[in-house]
This record gives sequence, C-alpha cells and structure tokens, in this order.
Amino acid sequence: MLSLQAATVRFGERAALDAVDLEVADHRIVCVLGPSGSGKSTLLRAVAGLQPMDAGRVLLAGQDQAGVPVHRRGLGLMFQDHQLFPHRDVGSNVAFGLRMHGTGRAETNARVRELLELVGLPGAERRAVAALSGGEQQRVALARALAPRPKLLMLDEPLGQLDRSLRERLVVELRTLFQELGTTVLAVTHDQGEAFALADRVVVMRDGRIAQEGTPLDVWQRPASAFVARFLGFDNVTAATVTGRAAATAWGKVPVPEGSPQGEVDLLVRPAGVRIGAPEDGLRCTVGVRTFRGNHVTVRLLPENAPVLEAECALRDTPDEGAVVGVRFDAAETVVLAGAATPSGA
Amino acid sequence: MNTTTKYAATALAAALGVTVLAGCGSDDGSAGSGASKGSGSKTVTLVSHDSFNVSKEVLEEFTKETGYTVKTLKSGDAGAALNQEILTKGSPRGDVFFGVDNTLLSRALDNGLFTAYEAKGLERLAPDTQTDEKHRVTPVDTGDICVNYDKKYFADKKLAPPQTFADLLKPAYKNLLVTENAAGSSPGLGFLLGTIAAEGEDGYEAYWKKLKANGVKVVDGWEQAYNEEFSGSAGGKKAKADRPLVVSYASSPPVEVLYADPQPKEAPTGVATGTCFRQTEYAGLLTGAKNEAGGKALLDFMISKTFQEDMPLNMFVNPVVKDAELPELFTKHGEKVDTPPTVTPEKIAANREQWIQSWQSLVLK
Amino acid sequence: MRLGLMAVPVAFFALFFAYPVTAIVGRGLKAEGDWQFGRIGEVLSRPDILDVLWFTTWQALASTALTLLIALPGAYVFARFDFPGKQVLRAVVTVPFVLPTVVVGTAFLALLGRGGLLDELWGVRLDTTVWAILLAHVFFNYAVVVRTVGGLWSQLDPRQEEAARVLGAGRFAAFRRVTLPALAPAVAAAALMVFLFTFTSFGVVQILGGPAYSTLEVEIYRQTAQLLDLPTAAVLTLVQFAAVGGILAVHAATVRRRERALKLVDPAQTSRRPRGVGQWALLGGVLLTALLLILLPLGVLVERSLDGGDGPGGYGFGYYEALQSVGAGGSSTFLVPPLEAVGNSLRYALVATLIALVVGGLAAAALTRRAGRLVRGFDALLMLPLGVSAVTVGFGFLITLDKPPLDLRTSWILVPLAQALVGVPFVVRTMLPVLRAVDDRLREAAAVLGASPLRAWREVDLPLVRRAVLVAAGFAFAVSLGEFGATVFIARPDNPTLPVAVARLLGRSGELNYGQAMALSTILMLVCAVSLLLLERIRTDRSGEF
Repeated sequence: MLSLQAATVRFGERAALDAVDLEVADHRIVCVLGPSGSGKSTLLRAVAGLQPMDAGRVLLAGQDQAGVPVHRRGLGLMFQDHQLFPHRDVGSNVAFGLRMHGTGRAETNARVRELLELVGLPGAERRAVAALSGGEQQRVALARALAPRPKLLMLDEPLGQLDRSLRERLVVELRTLFQELGTTVLAVTHDQGEAFALADRVVVMRDGRIAQEGTPLDVWQRPASAFVARFLGFDNVTAATVTGRAAATAWGKVPVPEGSPQGEVDLLVRPAGVRIGAPEDGLRCTVGVRTFRGNHVTVRLLPENAPVLEAECALRDTPDEGAVVGVRFDAAETVVLAGAATPSGA
Repeated sequence: MNTTTKYAATALAAALGVTVLAGCGSDDGSAGSGASKGSGSKTVTLVSHDSFNVSKEVLEEFTKETGYTVKTLKSGDAGAALNQEILTKGSPRGDVFFGVDNTLLSRALDNGLFTAYEAKGLERLAPDTQTDEKHRVTPVDTGDICVNYDKKYFADKKLAPPQTFADLLKPAYKNLLVTENAAGSSPGLGFLLGTIAAEGEDGYEAYWKKLKANGVKVVDGWEQAYNEEFSGSAGGKKAKADRPLVVSYASSPPVEVLYADPQPKEAPTGVATGTCFRQTEYAGLLTGAKNEAGGKALLDFMISKTFQEDMPLNMFVNPVVKDAELPELFTKHGEKVDTPPTVTPEKIAANREQWIQSWQSLVLK
Repeated sequence: MRLGLMAVPVAFFALFFAYPVTAIVGRGLKAEGDWQFGRIGEVLSRPDILDVLWFTTWQALASTALTLLIALPGAYVFARFDFPGKQVLRAVVTVPFVLPTVVVGTAFLALLGRGGLLDELWGVRLDTTVWAILLAHVFFNYAVVVRTVGGLWSQLDPRQEEAARVLGAGRFAAFRRVTLPALAPAVAAAALMVFLFTFTSFGVVQILGGPAYSTLEVEIYRQTAQLLDLPTAAVLTLVQFAAVGGILAVHAATVRRRERALKLVDPAQTSRRPRGVGQWALLGGVLLTALLLILLPLGVLVERSLDGGDGPGGYGFGYYEALQSVGAGGSSTFLVPPLEAVGNSLRYALVATLIALVVGGLAAAALTRRAGRLVRGFDALLMLPLGVSAVTVGFGFLITLDKPPLDLRTSWILVPLAQALVGVPFVVRTMLPVLRAVDDRLREAAAVLGASPLRAWREVDLPLVRRAVLVAAGFAFAVSLGEFGATVFIARPDNPTLPVAVARLLGRSGELNYGQAMALSTILMLVCAVSLLLLERIRTDRSGEF
C-alpha cells in the first residue's frame, strides 16, 4: 500500500528524515517507535503531504504522490491531540470527510451512525465536542478518520494523552477493530508498550533513520543496538569484550549465547537474567530500591565498582533493601548487541 | 453561543443587509450617473464648497430651460475646494467652479484655472460689483463680514453698540469682541482685510496692537466664535457665552430670525455697519471642462433673476444684479451696508501671507 | 497561495494609499523632475515649524501619560469587578472614540469652558489652555486603554497573583512581580496607540487649543488645504511619516511580544463583586471619573438637543421634530431629512466596512502564519494610514485617480475607500490574534480529510473567527460612521453623512440650526452606541486591542 523510498526531509542542517525506506503492506499495522525528535512525526507528515520532502518518493498503491495535494491523497490521519473541530458537534466532525468527498446526506448519516456504533459511542451525534472525555474524543477522532474509508490510516501518538488503564484497553480494541476492518495502518508512538500491543511490524527510529525493523517479537528479543535496547526500557547495557562464550564487563565475566559476535561490543543482560544468590556467590551488590510490578519485583542492585544492575525476581525471593547479595548471570537472557560499541553508561 | 448573542448577531447582520439594499436603491438615482459619462451629455457638473446651496426648484427650472441637469460636487471649505481645483487643473472634475472669493481670486487666476466667458446678463450687475475685465470669472454674490452685536447685552448695560473699527478700541468695549484666526478662517481673514482697508497698510498693525490691548479674543473658527463665545447666538446662550461682539456676517441677524421657533419680531443681534469687509464670490468655466456649452449655460443662469433671488435664503448672501429683490426677511432684519472700503484682489494676492504672518505674531504670540 | 492572499491588500494599499500619498509628496518635493531634498532642511529649520514639532511631541507624551494615569484604574475595574450596567458603560466610554471632533469640542467646552462644571464649582476655566487639549485626549482615548489593557487583564488568571501571595509576596509586590510584567506589553501597546492618536490629533487641538496651538497634523492641513504650500506640507508629511513609522515599529514589537505570552483564562471567571471599603472606593472613583469625563460632556449634547425645543426654557423634542420637517418644507440641497443622512452614513459606513473586511480579512489571513520580515513589515504598513492626514490622502486621490479606468474623483466610492483605509488596521488588529490562535493542525486535519485549502479556510478558520470578524466589522463600521476628514474633503454628490450634516448646521447661525446640530449629534451618538452595544454582546474573548 505505502512505500517510502529514500524519503529525506531537512530542517536547516538537521535531517529529520534521512533517506528512509519503508514499506507498509495491505491490511498490516505498522508502528513507528522512537523518542521525540527521532523524525517519526515528520514521517507521517511527509506521507500525508503536509511536509514537503527534500528528496525521495512516497508511493501509495504504487502511485507516486509527488504533486498530489494533501486533500487528494485519500488518507486518514488521527492527530496526537485529536484536533476535533471545536465548533462542530460529534456527528458533524465524523461527517466532515464524507462531506468533503461529496457523499450524499442519507449515506453520510448512515455512515456516521455506523461509525459511532463501531467506536462505542452510539447516538452521540449531537453532543458537543468540548463535553467529551479524553477517551471519547479519541473515539470520535478515530471515527472521523475512518469515515471516508481511507486507503491508509495514520495515527500520531494515538493514545498519548490518555490514562494508563484506558490506554491498555483501547489499544486492544483498536487492534481488534483494525483487523476486523482490514485497515492498513501506520502509527507512530514513543510508547513501546503501545507499539508492541498494536503492531504487526515495529520500526524503531533514531535521528531520522531506521534503527531496527521487525516483528514485535524479533525486536523485543533481539534489539539491534544499545540504543534500541535502552529505548525498549532495558537498563542493563554495558560495553563488553566477547571472547568465546564469555564477555568481560564492568560486572565481571558474563556468559553469552553460543555464536555471539566476538570482540568489542555492547552487551544487554535482561533483568530476568540477573540471578540473586548468597553474598559470597558471584558479584557482590547491595540491594537498592524495590519496585513491585504485580507478579514480580524489580530490584536495583548496587555493585561496588560497577554500574547499577536491574534484576527481576519472584515476589517470595525478593531480598530486603540494604541486604548484601551475590549476583550471577544467565546466558539465555543476555544478548550481544550488533553495531558499534558505545561507551558504557552512555 | 447563547441566544442573546445569536440574536444580536442576527440583528446586526440584518441591519447591515437592509442598508445595503437601501443603499443600492438610492444610489442609482443620484450618485451613479456621473460626469464621467458627461462629454456632450446633458449633465453639467458644478464643483463648489460645502456652503453652496440652492433650491431644487431652481435647478429644475434650469433643466427645463436648457435641457441640462446639474450635478453638484462639494469638497470642503472654500479654500480647500479651490485648492483641489488648482491641483486638478487641466483635468477638472466638473465644468463650472463656484465659490472663489476676492481674497483668493488671484490664486485661481494666476493658475489659469478658468476659460474666459462673458456671461449673458452682465450688464445688469450692480455698479459697485468687483469684476474681472477679462471675464475669466463671473461675480455671483456678495457678502459682508461685519462685527455682530448682542442687542440684549447692550440694552441691559444701556450702552450704545460700536459702529466702526475705531469704536472697537474704546475702553467701554474692553474684553467684548471675539474674532477668528485670520490664518484659517474666512471671516477672520475678512476682518483683518477690513482693518487693512480702513486703517491702511501702514496703520493696521498699530490698530491690532490696540485691539489686543482692548482684550480681543481669537478662536480658531467661526463655529466656535459664534456658537460658543458670542452671547447673542442660540448656542452661545446655552454655553453661557460672555462676549457680546463677534466677527460674523451682515446676514447673520436675519438668519437668527429665520431659524428661531417661534420667529421673534426683532432680530436678537445687530450689525456694526462700519466694521465690514465685502466678500465677492465668483464662478468660472473650468479650463478643460467636458461640457463647455452646459457650463456656459449654467454661468448665464447663475446671474439670472431666478437664481439670484434664490440665493439669499439659501446661502445668506446678497445678489449682484440690480433686478434681484431681497426677501423681506433681509430687508426687515438685515442692515444695509454701504460699499465698504476694500483691498484689490491683486494686492491681497501679493501680501496675504505677509499680512497673516505679521498678524499672527502680533495677536497670537 | 499566500502570495495570492496578499495580492488584494497589497494592491489596495498600493493604489489607494502609497500611490496617492507618494504623488502628493512628490508634487511638493519635486521641481522640474528632480527631487529637492534640500527643502526638508529648509522647512525643518524654520522656528515656527520647530515649535509645532516640539508641541506635537510633548503634548502627545503628556496626553499619553495622563490617559494611562486616569484609565488604568478603569481598566482594572472593568477587568476585575462585576457591577450593574458594566456592559452599557463599556460601550458608552467607547462612544467618544468614534464621535466627530466638531461635536466633541462643543461638548467638552461645556465641561471646561465658561459656565462649565469646573467654572461653576471652583471658577476654573481651562478652555484654550493646553489642559483642555490634554483632558480631551483622555476623553477620546480612555476606551483604548480600558479595552486593550482591561481585555488582557480580565483574562489573566488571578490565581497567579494568589500563588505569589501564598509564597510570601505582599499585595503590592505580587502585583508588581506577577501581574505587571504580564500586563506590561498590553500597557505599552495601549500607550503607543494613544501616543499615535494624540500625536496626529487634529480637531481637538483646533477646537480646544485655539489658534495658539498647532500640531503637525493641523499644520499639514493648513499648508495643504488652505495655503497650497505643497513643499512644506510634503516635508511635514514625511516627518509625520517617520515619527508614526517609528511609533508603529515599537508598537508592532510589543504586540508581538504580547501575542506569544501567557496562558489566558475565561474573563467571566476573573471578575466578581467588589469587597471591602478599598475596592468599593476604587470602583466609585472610576465610575465618578467616567461620569465626569465622559458621560457629562456627552450628556451636555443630549441636554442641548432637548433644551428649548418647545419654546424658551422648556425641554422637548422640538429640534428633532424640526429635523423631520426639513424634507417636506425646505427643498434646498443644503439639508436632507435626518433619516436620509442616517441612511447615507449607514450606507457609506457599510460599504467601507465591507471593503475593510475583505482587504483586512485577506491581509489577516495572509499574516496568520507568521513568517519572514517582509510579512511583518507589511503588518506594520497596514497601520500607517492611521497616521496620515486625511487631507494628504484626499488631495493625493485627486491627482492620481484622474485617468480612466480609475477616474474615481467624482465617484461616491472614493469616500468609503478612504474610510476603509482607516478601517483596515482595526480589522487586522482584531482578527489577527484570533487567527493566530487557531491551531494549524486543525487546518491540516481538514486537509487530510479531503478539504482543499480554500475549503479548509471556510470550514475551519471562518467559523472560528466569525465573532472576531463581527467585532472587527463593528469597529470599522463605527469608525467610518464618525469619520469626518475624508468625507468632507472628497468631492461627492450631495448626500451628506451625519457628521457632515452636523458640521453644516453648526456652520450657520440661528437657534434651530444649533439645536438641530445637537439633535443630529445625539442621533449619531445613539447609532454609534447601539452598534457598540451589539458588539459588546458578541465580543470575542481573544479579540485584539480594540
């Protein structure tokens, strides 16, 4: 459906998009993930035609979009903060795109009703936009974007401003909905939980370039770089020298899986791979802050002359704060990160 | 948006809408058919100052007689209207200009504003009318600028009102006179010229020094002098004005009678007939006029008996032809001013600026 | 697209402002085709001209200071207190701003002149002193400060000041450190507007100052209309241009600073009934000032329009009835029935408003997305007509619009065109802040949903600025309604507007003429006040300075 070829956008010296290639297949949900300033919003704007490109091409269903103005691209875009028209009611917001496409009144009304039902707001046509809660606004924005049956639906931080529980519920709803409708979706977000829950494919961006692309599982299991690992929320990343199946790190020797790249690399140890034992057993650490996460506990461990470590342990095995423990590492939960090594602690 | 707001908005919109429609209607009738279409047309365009005024019946009679319709354009006071003509010389907005007086005549003539035309009926002019030998302009009316006095004030004080320029210097009339800025006001300038005519070019400065010592007050324009400072006028009474002498027109007393309700038997104000300066207003055929024939016909008409007799009650000026009769209002309440001493237009043109400047430094500073 | 929007306002200003004004200045400064810039030095070394410059400047400074001193408490009271009749009062204090000076002079003399209030109470007479000019300037510009500063003040969250108080700041310290900095740009903008209006003051100085005082504007009028000394007038016009340009540059800078300021709140939430002796005293003081300074002079006009109408000593509607009879009895071209004058005024004002809305609206739309220095320069340029004498523009029209297809000199359209020149800055100033507040992404949302740029403007911008447009329209309307300078200069077939009719009546002796002038002035005031009251009802929260 969508194909980006060497898409480049520069703001002065800085490239917000630096020769990005991206494909979104029909009926797939692709999520672009990245910190703010990574160029993910610019990507959406370039596809929509709101942001002129300095180089590269955007193809929609095989058609080059150069010279096609925004309003003729037939896309849907849900803005970060919805951007509902404040002077129109819910029904009129949803009907907007249909009116722009010259849809007849009866058909428009039927479609608006259908969509409001679909997003769970049946009969809300006459309600004022200002009177809606954040979640309801979200749904109206979605209905508005879907109403004209866009070739490609783009979502900019779709759930950004909602509270956590609502977000978790909506993300599931959205995925189900898109799958039912067979919508092709390109979403951008900075929230990895959202991206992984929603997407068929995840694209991680950094400084206008794609840092990694793959299925959520791929990316989660094998982050391509220290940057991706840290962005996914892993803090146990350190410089290491791999020799055979062992890596020399600030935490001492850490076992790595068979076939790992050799030499100067970055090494990720997932918290689940940090095993806590008796103080004399392995790396000596003092137990710091403990955070309860429902079915497990995250523990900060402070080694004597090394960076902080994060460990995940079962509730009953959690050591007390201030206790001195020993730490060992599990090779199955360590990943040698491809790409150039970064200085530890970066 | 609440209901009130909506209502207000609708009302405003409706009001605007209605006036658009109203506007269009009345516009097509009057304004639209301009002189721009005028070459060889039946419209003759008269350009004048804001005080120009004539009865509609009289204009209709002109149309009946000649077939021409008069379109009038007014643009500011006499000075501004004339200066606009000078700026547009050669490509005038109209055919005839009316309203240049003897204090500004030379400026118009030096600029070659007018094409000579000897109007029909000039032989009927009153003998003392100032004319132009080359007939570049035709005299249309005269008016006298004179000191007016508040009759009640002088009756109450049992004081005789002043009659001459010399009287105004008397201690009895100290702090009683208000006049206008000669640099901007037509009666103000007229009064200054009157003193020059009476006291001579050498004597007027001394006269004004004494007049200033006797407490003359100078305000910017006639409206303030007459309506705010002069105790004899309706406005002055309301404003509790305290100056019973004002520089105004010889025709002001009849006007006070005409525009009072009910009309008094006697005018509340009088004229000091020895303090007058005569203004003559002229009309001329503009050089480059699109409708010369119509312009000439209009000039003829302006010294006709019909037009001349219509003027007094519309512009409060005197006719220039012998056979025009003054309305009863003027003969009853106006005072006859004998031809006052005057200054020739050439002399005025040569000295106007210098006189005004020395007057300003004498009186205002 | 942007350039397209700019085309109409740029063409309008080039044709009806820049070209005529340049031409008339050129006529004065050119001799045999060469510019004679030496004349500038000659004129500027004349002592009388230097006097005029000095007086113009210092009276403008003094008027501005005095206006701020008197009107700032008013701005506070209007912003923070609720009291009965507040809306009506706010409309009434704006009436002087749109009244013709001829009428104002008369009204004001009743306050300061002989037999006026000050005279009755203390035997003080201020007419023909500079105090009369200064106070009249306060009278005229009170509303500018109250609306500009008060408008912002009412939207400042009082909780910010409360937060400072909680943090240990005293009442005054809290005001000085929190409110004042937030307010400063608005105060500066108001001050500069007042300075601009008083620097170019014409009628007030002429009527109240007497012949001894003269501003640049008065001198330009005198040199152009009366003496036809175009070289001197041209030099003075340039001087005024330079001064006004400077003022506008400073003004534009402060307005910009203000636009990107502050999170504002709904004004309805910030005002409440006054509490305690101090606040009641402040409210009382402000109301008393407004009463004395504004209502009293206006009241005098009304009183005089009723006084003596039914015979001596009595009050009645005699003068109004006399106005009615004009059409029937008198068949001259001098006067028209008052309804017709009202009609003429409304018609001119309406056409002027439409022109101002189209030109100003397009300019505001083009300026919405703030870009480049060029655009900002244009922003300031739009304000220039406020600082150029009507006589300069009027005489400029005469010598430029004289060839087909633009031979407009005798066309009635010239009057609304000239009035629109003054209306456009008001429209732009009112609409721009609102348009700039519209989130650009709303327009993008519309575009993505299939709306072309024009359609997006119609569907998104227009509904959002509709109220601002109405406010702008109302101001342009009221300003043209009271406009006198251009209306009287520009030759027009005889259909006088209200101010022109008033001036004509005042130019004649006779009780009925005077009374009718007062009656017509009262009608003009009413028409102004009603339009302003309607505006009050639909005042937008974000509307700019007026």
